[in-house]
Amino acid sequence: MDIFLQQIINGLVQGSIYALVALGYTMVYGIMGLINFAHGEVVMIGTLVTITVAGTLIKVGMPVALAGLAGLSAAVLVCMALGWGLERIAYRPLRNAPRLTPLITAIGMSIVLQNVAMIVWGRNYLTFPHLLPKINFEFAGASFTAVQVMIVVVSGLTMAGLIFLVYRTKLGMAMRATAQNPQVASLMGVNSNRVISAAFVIGSALGALAGVMVGTYYEIAHYQMGFMLGLKAFTAAVLGGIGNLAGAMIGGVLLGIIEALGAGYIGDLTGGFLGSHYQDIFAFVVLIVVLMFKPSGLFGEKTGDRA
Amino acid sequence: MSKWLNPRSAFGIVLIAVALIALPFVAAMGGQAWVRIVNFAILYIFLALGLNIVVGFAGLLDLGYIAFYAVGAYTYALLASPHFGVHWPFWAILPIGAAIACVFGVLLGSPTLKLRGDYLAIVTLGFGEIVRIFMNNLNAPINITNGPQGITLIDPVAIGDFRFSGTTQILGISLSGPQKYYFLLVALAILVIIINLRLQNSRIGRAWQAIREDEIAAKAVGINTRNLKLLAFAMGASFGGIAGGIFSAMQGFVSPESFSLIESIMILAMVVLGGMGHIPGVILGAVLLSILPEVLRYGVGPLQMALFGKMLIDPESLRMLIFGLALVLVMRFKPAGLWPSPERKRELGEKPAGGA
Repeated sequence: MDIFLQQIINGLVQGSIYALVALGYTMVYGIMGLINFAHGEVVMIGTLVTITVAGTLIKVGMPVALAGLAGLSAAVLVCMALGWGLERIAYRPLRNAPRLTPLITAIGMSIVLQNVAMIVWGRNYLTFPHLLPKINFEFAGASFTAVQVMIVVVSGLTMAGLIFLVYRTKLGMAMRATAQNPQVASLMGVNSNRVISAAFVIGSALGALAGVMVGTYYEIAHYQMGFMLGLKAFTAAVLGGIGNLAGAMIGGVLLGIIEALGAGYIGDLTGGFLGSHYQDIFAFVVLIVVLMFKPSGLFGEKTGDRA
Repeated sequence: MSKWLNPRSAFGIVLIAVALIALPFVAAMGGQAWVRIVNFAILYIFLALGLNIVVGFAGLLDLGYIAFYAVGAYTYALLASPHFGVHWPFWAILPIGAAIACVFGVLLGSPTLKLRGDYLAIVTLGFGEIVRIFMNNLNAPINITNGPQGITLIDPVAIGDFRFSGTTQILGISLSGPQKYYFLLVALAILVIIINLRLQNSRIGRAWQAIREDEIAAKAVGINTRNLKLLAFAMGASFGGIAGGIFSAMQGFVSPESFSLIESIMILAMVVLGGMGHIPGVILGAVLLSILPEVLRYGVGPLQMALFGKMLIDPESLRMLIFGLALVLVMRFKPAGLWPSPERKRELGEKPAGGA
């Protein structure tokens, strides 16, 4: 039972990170109907910027908490600029192009970002500075750290903030209007270019936050880390029904928990035939099974688009 | 077929034939490595044309295409290597590999029939990853794929006693292993291209196009969309399987590393960049995207030396950086691909607001 609880906790933490990244995918998809394949790379850049900024400031002698905050703000700012730039370079000129064209430019941008990161930060693994004290909590036989608590709390608050933004502010209303019908929205005075830029910028800011969390959680970063994380987060977004904010959050947490439980129990379930290195399969198997029965995800609306 | 008798196109065909025969000898002047690069370009043409059936003809976005290539490659590797001590002939295994890949295609296709667009993309992507993860891990408890180490010492292609590896003398001309493979690949490529051209204008090809343009309308005019979509997956997959078998024999070595998601993405990029659904465009895309990284591999290092006198940036990352930028720029200025089909060009010209 304590293993079960432990895996639920681990899954919840991992899932909160997935959820934050998934929101970036789903916001862009909801408004523009395209997959921002380079989003994982934005998250990676966020982590690496934090390492550089916070690491340098700590070395100079700044208090750890302050340096961490500075690192986070730097990451958020850089990623917001990156998200804005991505939209301008890779997506805006192609708004009327065939559907697969922006997918290829996104892949191109993702290759570019990965290699820029490799040139700037090198090929080696970088260690993430310790931003939070190492405190362990015990609960019913399962243990968890302050970092894990922080991740869950911060992502919960951020998601609440995002929901508020989308459903209670003017910008949010403009976003929802653009998502429904860009032409009609612009007739009503919505500047749809601004709304789309805003979606990219906000999604990237969430990505940067997720990047910092990944860094504090695993204490290690690498120029290729964005790829698998992005893939999983995208899976989570589709699982929940892409374009749906609540769906992305639930999908993310669900995926994290399924993965953690899968990794914990797969050996027992298959009589030792399959080991925990099959962990990555779970995400995809669950996705395929869910989509077989609900072709537009758990909470998605029926869509009529095609490739 | 009267256009073949036209003297101008006859001259063109002769010219192409001469160029194709001369190519491996010209490439060999730069070293055998270049002949191998040309061979891989042809292999990528196979793959791109196979994926084009699924994505270009039928309009089903497949991001896990490399899985079929992997299935074909591993089928050959397991049936013609010391790993299991089985050494079947190439020509016997190739159809088996194609058939198994075809079964996998149907296996992927059947649960995804209801899915559209991006949902299909992510499921196929997941499928590709599942296949790769299994290949990476099926070395315990029973060693089937030999895990990440892969399978080595795979038999080369042989016709009777004529082996395609090593150098042989034919009619006084010395032919290296890669050069012999080149001629085999060209022969197969011509066959594959003819099959694709015939397929495109057949009843099936037109039905696929109808499904691509509007699935509901296609259904309404009596097209069996379910079977035809499955057929597209199956045919695309068998092309992938055949390419995989050749890859395995040519390389003599397979490991899961060759079948990562980025490969699927590259093949998709070839199809889209070249001109989706248009066979000459897809061939162009495959050749360009497989040769460009290699040219850059040999080019960026010396170029930096010449310009700045020292290595400023790691050539490996610079090469991929340029590659990524090239993808973005081409799509930015040629959104329908470098060489789109005339119909598609017309469509895009006519309704700029719609988007396909």
